[in-house]
Amino acid sequence: MKQFTGFLRKEFLHIFRDPRTMIIIFALPVIQLLLFGKVISTDIQNSKIAIRDESRDNTTREITAKLLSSGYFVPADELLPGDDVEEVFRKGKVKMVVTFGSNFEQNLERDGKADVQLLADASDPNTARILTSYASGIINDYVKKEKLQNLQLPHQINTEVRMLYNEGLKSVYMFVPGIMAMILMLISAMMTSISISKEKELGTMEVLLASPLKPIQIVLGKVTPYLLLSFINALTIILIGVFIFGVPIKGSFIFLMAESFLFIMMALSLGILISTIAPNQMAAMFISVLALMLPTILLSGFIFPIENMPAPLRILSHAMPPRWFIVIIKNIMLKGTGILFVWKETLILMLMTFVFIGLSIRTFKIRLE
Amino acid sequence: MISIQNIYKSYGNVPAVSDISLEVKKGELFGLIGPDGAGKTTLMRILMTLLIQDKGLATLNGLDVVKDYKKIRQIVGYMPGRFSLYSDLTVEENLNFFATVFQTTVAENYGLIRDIYVQIEPFKNRLAGKLSGGMKQKLALSCALIHKPEILILDEPTTGVDAVSRKEFWEMLKKLQQKGITILVSTPYMDEATLCNRVALMQKGKVLDVDTPQKLVENYSRKLYAIKSDDMHRLIQDIRSYEKTDSAFAFGQYLHVTGKDDEAEATEFENYLLKKDHSGLEVLDIPPSIEDVFMELLQDNE
Repeated sequence: MKQFTGFLRKEFLHIFRDPRTMIIIFALPVIQLLLFGKVISTDIQNSKIAIRDESRDNTTREITAKLLSSGYFVPADELLPGDDVEEVFRKGKVKMVVTFGSNFEQNLERDGKADVQLLADASDPNTARILTSYASGIINDYVKKEKLQNLQLPHQINTEVRMLYNEGLKSVYMFVPGIMAMILMLISAMMTSISISKEKELGTMEVLLASPLKPIQIVLGKVTPYLLLSFINALTIILIGVFIFGVPIKGSFIFLMAESFLFIMMALSLGILISTIAPNQMAAMFISVLALMLPTILLSGFIFPIENMPAPLRILSHAMPPRWFIVIIKNIMLKGTGILFVWKETLILMLMTFVFIGLSIRTFKIRLE
Repeated sequence: MISIQNIYKSYGNVPAVSDISLEVKKGELFGLIGPDGAGKTTLMRILMTLLIQDKGLATLNGLDVVKDYKKIRQIVGYMPGRFSLYSDLTVEENLNFFATVFQTTVAENYGLIRDIYVQIEPFKNRLAGKLSGGMKQKLALSCALIHKPEILILDEPTTGVDAVSRKEFWEMLKKLQQKGITILVSTPYMDEATLCNRVALMQKGKVLDVDTPQKLVENYSRKLYAIKSDDMHRLIQDIRSYEKTDSAFAFGQYLHVTGKDDEAEATEFENYLLKKDHSGLEVLDIPPSIEDVFMELLQDNE
C-alpha cells in the first residue's frame, strides 16, 4: 500500500509540474465548452436579412415588424424593387432576402392568397434551412392569427408543433453531452496513454520493471490520478452546462455521475491499451487523436446525426463508446429517464471496459520486449 | 553469485549475445569490457529479468532469471545505461520514490548510501533533470542502492561523465564492494578494466577472454613498441604500409606497434622511418597495458 501511495504521489507531481498537462486537464474543458456553447453555436440569432417590399402596405409592414422583433433577424438593407438580389448576397453579409409581391394586402384579402419570396444564402445549407423555416413560420403564424380568423376556410388541417425535451431547439443541449464525452475521452484515454508511454520513452519504465512493483500497481498508479481528475472534469462540465447554459438535469444526478464514472473507466482502460501498443509519446498521441478524438467527434452522433450516415459508417459508429455515452447522458439530463431506459447502453459500455482491460492485461509487458 | 551458462539471444537474425558463459563470485567486482554493440547491455538486461534469453541458463544467487524474476527484482540493484530517473522530480523526491517502491525508507538504509548521497545532498531540492552528469550518476547509484541489494548491476555508469567523476565513481564502487555487495559493471573504457577484480572482454556478442586484469596482461606475449614522431598522421600511414608491421594503433601520443611474428626489432622500425624523413622520432620497447591486450584479442577475432 505504501508502494502504491508513493507511486500516486509521484504521478501527481508529474501532472502538477507539467504546464501542458495542467492546461489540457483544467483549461481545455472549460474553453472548449464555452467555445462550442457560445461561438460555434448553430442557433440562429441576429441573422442579417434584407427586405424588398413591393407593396409597402400595412400587412407587409406588420409582417416585417414581426420578423425583426422575433430576435432571429436583424435588418441589413432595405432593397428597392429593381435591385439586384444576387449582388446583395455576393457582398456576403445578408443571409436571406424577403420579397413581398406587389399588392400584397389586396391580394390577400380578395383572394386569400399572396406571394412572399424567401431567398436564402444556401452556401451554408443548415443555416439557410433554419432561416427559411423560421421566417415562413413567423409569416404563416401572423397571417393565420391576424387575417384569416374571420374567414371560414373549409377542410383546414392545423399542425401543432412542439419540440419536446428542448423546446428552444438550443444546440447547447447537444453540445454539453458531446463535449463531455470528448473531454473525458481526451483526458482519460489520451493522457493515460501518454503518461505510460512517456516512461517507456525516457527509460524510466526499465527501472520500474526491474523493481518489485507489480504491473497492476504501475497501471493503477498511472490511472488513479486521471480517474480523479476526469471525474472533477465531468463535474465541471455538468456545472457549466447547468448554470451557464441552462441545460437541465431532469434525472438523478447520482445516476448521471455513476454513468460518467463508468465512461471514464472505459476511457482509462482504452488509454492503457493504447499505451501497451505505443512505443513512445508521439505514437500514443497519434493513436489517441486518430483512433479516438476524430471518431468521437465525427461518428458518435455528436455533430452529425448517425441516421444520416452511409451504412458502413453507421455500423462503425456502434463501436464508438461515446455514441452510447451520449445517448445515456441525454436521456438522463434531458428526458429524466432512469436505468430502465438506458440499461442496454450501460451494458455495452461495461462490456467495452472489460474487453479493454482484458486486452491490456494480455498485452502488458512485464519485461522490455 | 551470478552464473551464466551458454546464454544466447538474437534480435531477428542478428545475434546480440551468442553462447556466453560466465561466473561472477560473491563479493567480486566484475567488469564487462567491450565496444558498443558487444552485447553488454543485452546480457545485463537478461540478468535483470528484463529480456528473456533464447537459449541457455542464468541464475543470480541461485534464482533463475526467467522463473524467479520476481525474487531477483527484490535483491538486485540496477542502473541502466541511460539516465533513468525522473527529471521533473527533485533529488530527494526521486530517492524517496525508489525507497517506497522497494518498500523501505531512506532513513533505514542511509548508512549504505551516505558516502555517495552527502555529495549531492546540498542539491536535494533541485530537479534531477538540472543536475550535472556526475551528480545524476551519483543519484542514480543512490537510488539503485536504496534497498540494500546483494547484487549491483551497472550498465556503462561512467559513459559521458568527466574524468574526475569517473575516478570518484570507481572509488565508490570499491567501497561498496568492501560492504559485501557483488558488482557487475560494464564499460567501454578499457583503462577502467584494471580497477575490476576480473574482467570479461567482449566483442560482437562473444566473450574473448575472462581473467584478472593482471593475468591478461601477463599472458600477453607479443613484443610491443611505442613510436612517436612529429608528424603522427603520416607516421601511422607509413607504419601500416611497412611490410614487417602486424598492427598499429594510436594510444594517446604514441602509436603502439607490433611486428609480424614479433621478428621486427626496434632498430628496424627506426631505420625504416628515418628513410621516410620522420623527425623527432622515438621508438620505445614497452610493457603491454590491458588496452593492448584487448586490441590484440579484437584483431585475432576479426
